[in-house]
Amino acid sequence: MNNLEFTLLVGLGSFMAGFLGALTGLGGGVVLVPLLVLVFKVDIRYAVGASLVSVIATSSGAAVAYLKDGFSNIRIGMFLEVATTLGALFGAFLAARVSTTSIGVVFGFMLLYSSYSSSKTPVEAPEDTHPDPLATRLGMNGVYPSLSGPKEYFVHRVPTGFGLMFGAGALSGLLGIGSGAVKVLAMDQAMGIPFKVSTTTSNFMIGVTAAASAGVYLSRGYIDPAIAMPVMLGVLTGSLAGAHTLIRTRTKMLRWVFGVVIAALGVEMLYGAFTGKL
Amino acid sequence: MFRKSDWTDQKIEVIIANLLRIGVMSAAVIVLAGGVVFLARHGVQPARYGSFAGEPSNLTRWRGILQAALGLRARGIIQLGLLILIATPVARVAFSVAAFALERDWLYVGVAGFVLMVLLYSLLGSGL
Repeated sequence: MNNLEFTLLVGLGSFMAGFLGALTGLGGGVVLVPLLVLVFKVDIRYAVGASLVSVIATSSGAAVAYLKDGFSNIRIGMFLEVATTLGALFGAFLAARVSTTSIGVVFGFMLLYSSYSSSKTPVEAPEDTHPDPLATRLGMNGVYPSLSGPKEYFVHRVPTGFGLMFGAGALSGLLGIGSGAVKVLAMDQAMGIPFKVSTTTSNFMIGVTAAASAGVYLSRGYIDPAIAMPVMLGVLTGSLAGAHTLIRTRTKMLRWVFGVVIAALGVEMLYGAFTGKL
Repeated sequence: MFRKSDWTDQKIEVIIANLLRIGVMSAAVIVLAGGVVFLARHGVQPARYGSFAGEPSNLTRWRGILQAALGLRARGIIQLGLLILIATPVARVAFSVAAFALERDWLYVGVAGFVLMVLLYSLLGSGL
């Protein structure tokens, strides 16, 4: 394969990943690294570096749509970014010290978990209308637009959410993914933040988290321009196309198919790691 | 000077959104331009990325990247676009520090300032 063929094929695959990720809301980052490693035989460190770059592009590109609708909470986001950026630095340092096999194993389990969590219908945590003193002092409680007018919400269990966010950041720095699944766990389940607010705020945070580890990856020489170029352009155009696509009727079916693909990639990744092919 | 009411969260978010869009789009255009040059010069060379070698220092440090890009080297141009992309969220956080200061929310000036320090350490402290 020459560079032209490589660029076109990787660009096409990245476009599909970004398109399906945006359409299903599962994010494309999680399938990118397995695609590069298993199909295109790219070294996992280069794959993670390219994926991180594309995560910044999609998060920042999509933030435009999210920020204007008034759902995202800039204070929750900024406060939790303290945890995710520190976690991301830790993950990036870890990436240089552990073997590619162990990165592959962690990645395989992460894929299986993402697939599992996407198959569940998320249940909104029961509403707690008692303000939490710490969250109140941090100015995190807010108001979001709902069908019946502006609705107040209260944030809870800040330390638990903060701890989980450190984990989400570390996974992001180690695997080059947005780790949306862990972020949702922290914000929806632990902190009791309404869905729309947590999803949009999380998307907003992903770019900053990825930038924290991308700096380390770049200076380590893990970001190769010839690989990152088609990945970044493909994922960006794919996710923009996905966000503007109006055929949303089959989203449920599509989510299911994408979930199965993610699980299959997880098994393949674990198989590759255990047979020493990564 | 600005009164507090001039700087609502909503207004700040719209400015941030536009900042992010400009950053991502200019990065994408530069990466695309570099990609075209790269393929025109190296398109028929074999693609081998299976073994990890690490990048040369002119593609990992911002001075080197800038020099390579100004010298119209294809990989340097792409890397410059990627550097702008990585710097975009950093600029966003820097803007947030200023915005919180205008709102006189000193607690969040501190929070956003800390995030900015972590990001700058990652970008510069690690040798970039």
